Amino acid sequence: MTRKLVVIGAGMASGRMLEHIFEAGGDFDVTLFNAEPRGNYNRLMLSPVLSGEKTYEQIVTHDAAWYAAHGVTCRFGEPVTRIDRARKVVVSKGGETPYDALVIATGSAPFVIPVPGKDLPGVCTYRDLEDTNAMIAASRPGARAVVIGGGLLGLEAAAGMAARGAEVTVIHLMGHLMERQLDPAAGYLLQKDLERRGIRIHCKGATKAILGKDHVEAVLLEDGTVYPADLVCMAVGIRPEVRLANDAHLEVGRGITVDDQMRSSDPAIFALGECVEHAGQLFGLVAPLYDQARVLAATLLGQEAAFRPVQTATKLKVTGVDLFSAGDFAEGPGREDIVFRDPGRGVYKRLVLEGERLVGAVMYGDTADGAWFFDKIRSGEEVSAIRDVLIFGPAYSGGASANPLAAVAALPPEAEICGCNGVCKGRIVQAIEGGATTLDLVRAQTKASASCGTCTGLVEQVMALTLGDGFTANANPPMCKCTDHTHEDVRRLIKSQGLKSIPAVMQELGWKTAGGCASCRPALNYYLLSDWPLEYRDDRQSRFVNERNHANIQKDGTYSVVPRMWGGVTTPAELRAIADAAERYAVPMIKVTGGQRIDLLGVRKEDLPAIWADLNAAGMVSGHAYAKGLRTVKTCVGSEFCRFGTQDSTGLGIKLEKLLWGSWTPAKVKLAVSGCPRNCAEATCKDIGVVCVESGYQIGVAGAAGMDVKATELLCTVPTEAEVLEIVAAFVQLYRENARYLHRIYKWVAKVGLDWCREQVLDPVKRDALYDRFMVSQSVYQRDPWAEHAARPADWAPVADLTLRAAE
Amino acid sequence: MSTMIDIAALEEIPRQGARVVRTPAGCVAVFRTATDEVFALDDRCPHKGGPLSEGIVHGSQVTCPLHGMVFDLATGLAQGADQGRVATHAARVEGGRVLLAADFLLRRSAA
Repeated sequence: MTRKLVVIGAGMASGRMLEHIFEAGGDFDVTLFNAEPRGNYNRLMLSPVLSGEKTYEQIVTHDAAWYAAHGVTCRFGEPVTRIDRARKVVVSKGGETPYDALVIATGSAPFVIPVPGKDLPGVCTYRDLEDTNAMIAASRPGARAVVIGGGLLGLEAAAGMAARGAEVTVIHLMGHLMERQLDPAAGYLLQKDLERRGIRIHCKGATKAILGKDHVEAVLLEDGTVYPADLVCMAVGIRPEVRLANDAHLEVGRGITVDDQMRSSDPAIFALGECVEHAGQLFGLVAPLYDQARVLAATLLGQEAAFRPVQTATKLKVTGVDLFSAGDFAEGPGREDIVFRDPGRGVYKRLVLEGERLVGAVMYGDTADGAWFFDKIRSGEEVSAIRDVLIFGPAYSGGASANPLAAVAALPPEAEICGCNGVCKGRIVQAIEGGATTLDLVRAQTKASASCGTCTGLVEQVMALTLGDGFTANANPPMCKCTDHTHEDVRRLIKSQGLKSIPAVMQELGWKTAGGCASCRPALNYYLLSDWPLEYRDDRQSRFVNERNHANIQKDGTYSVVPRMWGGVTTPAELRAIADAAERYAVPMIKVTGGQRIDLLGVRKEDLPAIWADLNAAGMVSGHAYAKGLRTVKTCVGSEFCRFGTQDSTGLGIKLEKLLWGSWTPAKVKLAVSGCPRNCAEATCKDIGVVCVESGYQIGVAGAAGMDVKATELLCTVPTEAEVLEIVAAFVQLYRENARYLHRIYKWVAKVGLDWCREQVLDPVKRDALYDRFMVSQSVYQRDPWAEHAARPADWAPVADLTLRAAE
Repeated sequence: MSTMIDIAALEEIPRQGARVVRTPAGCVAVFRTATDEVFALDDRCPHKGGPLSEGIVHGSQVTCPLHGMVFDLATGLAQGADQGRVATHAARVEGGRVLLAADFLLRRSAA
């Protein structure tokens, strides 16, 4: 027997429900009432209609032909005014319509704030096609529109009208836009985006009145601001439309109360959509409404079904603004946030965790991973294992076996890979696709990883991705293009074959170039002088300019001069000499360095010998501020003056500097000595750092505070200064003999292991041998280069001056 | 016929090194290779103006000390994938003296 089904409201939910019923062959005589004079359309798509990106026709979901084909009696533009539950009829202006089953799908009504002027013509809400058309009509170029409410709907209305040329102001009560989804920082990003589109945003704005005589003219705020307006759109929220249900004495909370089968307190009456309250919850997004439609269709067809609300996601439908939010963002006990911000790119991501689960996600600017997060929220899976990389999305957490390549794969082409040379991923990929199939070729063509080299791994990953199986990363690449040997091989062969000159190394080890290159020559020079201090003679021409000229070259070709200040201690006489020299040679800048000494910057090359001679005359020597060698020993004042000092840290620092200065090392070596664990000399981020304690001296090694930052690791604790000096010298010698050129101590220790280092320097026999070898080297190299070169000033001037000749 | 100017004794320029000649048209770097060949180039890297005379000389090439661009001493052409060229000037060794062609000076002063 055909049952009479009456549906009040032709919204998205009821339309979907009817589809389910007809698809299942349900035998119903359907009457569909709608207050709006039209059938079902996709209300979500009103924003594109408003902005002009779609037309109404494009968003209609069911047309007259569809209703006719399914025998639906359409009563559009005819609001139901009353439900008579006792007689099972609904009442409208066309009379009474009987039902066997009644579905209330009245949706929601926009909330209108009760201010004076709210009923003036020109004030609309944003709910249906009438509102949309009113806004379209009012949005002619030059028109002024005010939107009250800076939530999802209000902003879509504002953007839509602005796209049509209206001058739009958004008034928002709260401190920032979309405060339910975004925190202030993200709200600010959104505000900036919208302001760039010409939309004025007024946050913390409370509407006091809408002004106008017989049409809206302006909006007055509590703070006295007045915004002229030809149209005012109220988009401050919605509430379930429950008047019919109330009048019929159905059970109503905030919405019409329904059970899991969508049945109201009257077994013949069901409710669906935004007007219902299920388990204390209201629904405004389309996904759960469609779920309800499916459940209710099943219920009406006599099938088992139950509505289980799931998490929902939403996107702000403003073209060009990427915003995604899903789940629950409210703060609460036990909830934690993970936030990622990149203001430069306008990217913001916020994840809300509850215990071990992800419960909410907000993304702004980059919403590519939205679906993945949404999936995590819906599945409720434990995310604690991937918590530290969760915010980076699937690229980093693609499962138990996270693939590091995926992270690089996920980077956009404009992502910067090489910070030194400003090379982005796209440029590297381009070079690889253009035939640069080796790291050297990529370096040559793009300069990526050609400076500091810390991004080499990333560049190789980009290559692996681009070349696929065609790429094999070389974990330990050859020393340079001149040889196939690695640094380690070369060091070993120099010793085992007794090679004692650069030509000998190149000859015996089959160098492929004549004279090597700017990369291998300084390395070979170092290896040879470190391994054969007595036999090998330092090759000045194989040194980088700074070491060759004993001064740091600056970008304009001038140099900097840094005299040594032992342990950072100086005297009035030294300071006077420095001041005099600075004046005499018109030094453009005098700078105190981080290593507790004074840098004279901007000295011309030909002045170097003279300024050195002056400083030498005052008893100062080169500070080797340019060297792959001992730089500074930074100290605090220690027990001599400091009330906390436990030992004479200044004195120990000076002793260490006097012991170690002049030694060449694979990379620069910086020391510090702190007089107590308060560590004012910052000893715990140095290559070698000594921290004094009451009982003695803690020697830490392998710290870093440059491209990497790393605390030192404790090598050992010793009771006397003499032992500190011996162990530090032995450790430096161990480093000199074993490390690869340009590897700082921390990199070398990471390779060989601290335990191995400890075994070498704590074994008395090995330590003594290391110490002795160090002193042999010092017997050759601990001398002031300034004194040597100051004696030959002619070498530092031009070899000829043709400007004079031309003048003659 | 070019005018060659005697600028220095060969010994004044270190092997695998360079010395600078100051001229009204800017500094010129005179290089001496490991095999005692000499080359003269403008002492200015076309990249960021680095002093090529301070670069490491290897074979008949020099690496700019500032950012590592490599130039062929004979042609002045940047090597590898880099673009650029440094002006070269004729130079030779005669009787232990380094001679530099001074044409470029005349040209510039005439201009």
